[in-house]
Amino acid sequence: MIRLTFDPFDPGALLTEFCRDRKEVGAVATFTGIARAETGATVALELEAYPGFTEAEIGKIASQAKVRFGLDDFAILHRVGKIAPGEPVVFVATAARHRREAFEACDFLMDYLKSKAPFWKKEHGPDGARWVEPRAQDHADLARWEKETSR
Amino acid sequence: MARVLLFGRLSDLAGWRDREIESPFLSVLRSKLAEEDADLGAALAGPGVQVALDQVIVRGDAPLNARTEVAFLPPMSGG
Repeated sequence: MIRLTFDPFDPGALLTEFCRDRKEVGAVATFTGIARAETGATVALELEAYPGFTEAEIGKIASQAKVRFGLDDFAILHRVGKIAPGEPVVFVATAARHRREAFEACDFLMDYLKSKAPFWKKEHGPDGARWVEPRAQDHADLARWEKETSR
Repeated sequence: MARVLLFGRLSDLAGWRDREIESPFLSVLRSKLAEEDADLGAALAGPGVQVALDQVIVRGDAPLNARTEVAFLPPMSGG
């Protein structure tokens, strides 16, 4: 499942739904990203996507993750529009037979979403708004997976 | 008429996000946009800005037809 939503979501409910009727997978890992207030510097986040293209690009990398980590299934839900501090921005769940693959696939998908998925992020603060671009750390996080091509 | 879409900081800079512009090639479209707004023209040619034609990333020049959707994509950041 890959979905964009303008509405707030409940990560607990998504996890419950994702785990339902899985008798053979053995391991589910999840990550929930939450909008930070940055001690008042961020009043709201605003996420823009390119409908159709964004889901398709995430789909390509999720298919890679499925093969690379032998996933049984995955779920990716990403907010778009205005997001208040404390609200979940992104939810990733991965299901595999064993925990290592589930953890690693979740980590891999998040590294991709931070710096390569078609989203544009604006931080609204008390003094105006600014567009956020990936940090050097985000690129370094993604590069880790390129080194591990022997997997 | 190609349909031109701007995302992220590019639409803030231009003051629009969606326009129809007649152009036979991507290079000609870039020149037209730069002619009417030099700052936008420079930003579209700037580092990390990718172009998608009908939702497929392209490099270099390409012909446009009457229905091509041209999207200018600045550096991406999600999560």
